[in-house]
Amino acid sequence: MTLLKRITSSTLFWPLAMLVALLVIDVIAFPGFFTIQIREGALYGSVIDILRNGSPTLMIAIGMTLVIATQGIDLSVGSVCAIAGAVAAAIILGSPNPDSVGTTIVAIVTAIAVSCVLGVWNGALVAVIGIQPIVATLILMTAGRGIAMLITKGQIITVSSESFGFLGSGVIFGVPFAVVAAAVTVAFAGLLTRRTALGLFIESTGINPRASRMAGIRARGLLILVYVFSALCACVAGLILTSSQTAADANNTGLFIELDAILAVVIGGTSLMGGRYSLWGTVVGALVIQTLVTTVYTVGIPPIVTMVFKAAVVAAVCLLQSPKTAEYLNAWRRRRALSTEVASS
Amino acid sequence: MTLTRRRSESAPVNATRPSSALRSIRDAFANPKYGPIIVTALLLVGMFAYGMSQYRGFSNPQIVVNLLIDNAHLVVLAVGMTFVILTAGIDLSVGAVLALATMMAASLAQSGAPAGVVIPLILVSTTVLGLLVGVMVHYFDIQPFIATLAAMFLARGLCYVISAKSISIDAPFFTVLGQTRLRFLGLSVTPSVIVAVAIVIVALVVLRYTRFGRTVYAIGGSEASSRLMGLPVARTKVIVYAISGFCSGLAGVLYTFYTLSGYALTAVGTELDAIAAVVIGGTLLTGGYGSVLGSVLGVLVLGTIQTLITFDGSLTSWWTKIFIGALLLIFIVLQKILTLRRG
Repeated sequence: MTLLKRITSSTLFWPLAMLVALLVIDVIAFPGFFTIQIREGALYGSVIDILRNGSPTLMIAIGMTLVIATQGIDLSVGSVCAIAGAVAAAIILGSPNPDSVGTTIVAIVTAIAVSCVLGVWNGALVAVIGIQPIVATLILMTAGRGIAMLITKGQIITVSSESFGFLGSGVIFGVPFAVVAAAVTVAFAGLLTRRTALGLFIESTGINPRASRMAGIRARGLLILVYVFSALCACVAGLILTSSQTAADANNTGLFIELDAILAVVIGGTSLMGGRYSLWGTVVGALVIQTLVTTVYTVGIPPIVTMVFKAAVVAAVCLLQSPKTAEYLNAWRRRRALSTEVASS
Repeated sequence: MTLTRRRSESAPVNATRPSSALRSIRDAFANPKYGPIIVTALLLVGMFAYGMSQYRGFSNPQIVVNLLIDNAHLVVLAVGMTFVILTAGIDLSVGAVLALATMMAASLAQSGAPAGVVIPLILVSTTVLGLLVGVMVHYFDIQPFIATLAAMFLARGLCYVISAKSISIDAPFFTVLGQTRLRFLGLSVTPSVIVAVAIVIVALVVLRYTRFGRTVYAIGGSEASSRLMGLPVARTKVIVYAISGFCSGLAGVLYTFYTLSGYALTAVGTELDAIAAVVIGGTLLTGGYGSVLGSVLGVLVLGTIQTLITFDGSLTSWWTKIFIGALLLIFIVLQKILTLRRG
């Protein structure tokens, strides 16, 4: 009983339970769900698809987790995706030999540099000027797609570079590059925040920014760093998305991805109030979302309807996590216990 | 602002009388109640002056009316959003609910349902959706941002459940209302503009002269104090989201008169335009200060940017987004300065 209670009270319990439930539905609806094949040195299968298609959202969600841990939020990630893709595509399009590795490296490095600037911009608005994070990042969210359009001159740029294509469709030891990139992001974030004191600093800033400044934490720099990290994650995700679509589409690359990322973080049990976060929770959360999408596919519901399911999941998770719900439930239980006591006596 | 202050401090001897006039101007700007609206109004006048000096035909009063015709739905959305932001909340679902309303109108009208049934049905269902969001926000303590995000997902998803394709409307009620032009003081006005103006007037009266309106401001000022004062915080907060839902539904209906179709991907990002209009119109995002009239000015500013870019011809439409972003930044920084002075 106590063991059961300890398991169910873990923050990871509900998201994991949701993931398992979805996977069970998948196996029932589609018996070959867990089959993984090797074709031409690459792994194929539904599970691999989930991992590959979910990796851009996962990467962004990891950045978002750290931002949310500081009591912030980053709405601009979708626009940063679009800008990063547009920058890389424009450079590749303008170069004399687009297939060379050198061009791709220049494109990636430039996109990363631009994203760092955007991250510093967000961070400065939040940490230096002191604007609420929702609003501060709303500015880049609105203007960012305009900037991306400016870079692509309002057109969808087709990228047919062989080396750039590796980001979206390449494999390393049979594993899609996108999955490797997501794993590296998780590992990097985990090592940085859980093996050094950085995670502690982030959490303390999230709980009480003033108190942690008094305690000698340089909250300002820390906040900027967190927003830069979020923008970097968005940049890599944007490059992967652009590469796998073989086109930079300023209007649609990463559209609504900030919502998916926030959803992943919330499902993973990280409180939007800041202060406590769980990177593993976010990983599970992102997998839940992607599995949900894939399940909706395999069951045969039009994929676009997934938004209704996502809405149901957001609402359910938020209501379950809300302390008020626990309060109402407890009050109800007490009343019921009282009434049975009265009835038995 | 700092410049004027420094001057009045450094020259106190000979500037007793003129400085009082200066000071009252300065106070008007520095007052969080009027300052941002004055700035917005000046901005609007400046933009129009620029437009008139650069382009022939910009001085035609019909230009202003056209701004309202093209943005009647945005005016209605901004009114709902103003209520929500005044209570220090935010509603991200308005664009999606607008799209849902257009989809409902289009599919119901095509199936032959009379407009007298369709429009009330839309307004009731979007109001109920808003009501549910309000319950989530208040009774379950879920951040407005997240609760309305869920509503946004739900509304967009339901759009696709109705149809993934664009549905055109040829029901006479919609086509007639969409094409009617009323003459008014020599200007051509659509029925949508009249509806939007009516909504603005109702909202103005409600916010200024009713107990409900004062409670909205009080909650934005301090929710805890309002509760301690015995104000009906719970009811007011829930109703505010219901109002926003109603306005989104109505905006959707107006939008169908404008486009005569329903499409699941209409108005992506309109929530941001609505928020931008409210912020530019001087409503503080922290709640408590602002007015519906300011939001209308905000919508006009956004519309004028669009018109100027259209008149210019060499600038492309994505500059609109960049300009709106820049204006948003300027006004938020301005708000920050004002609230700093207040604090």
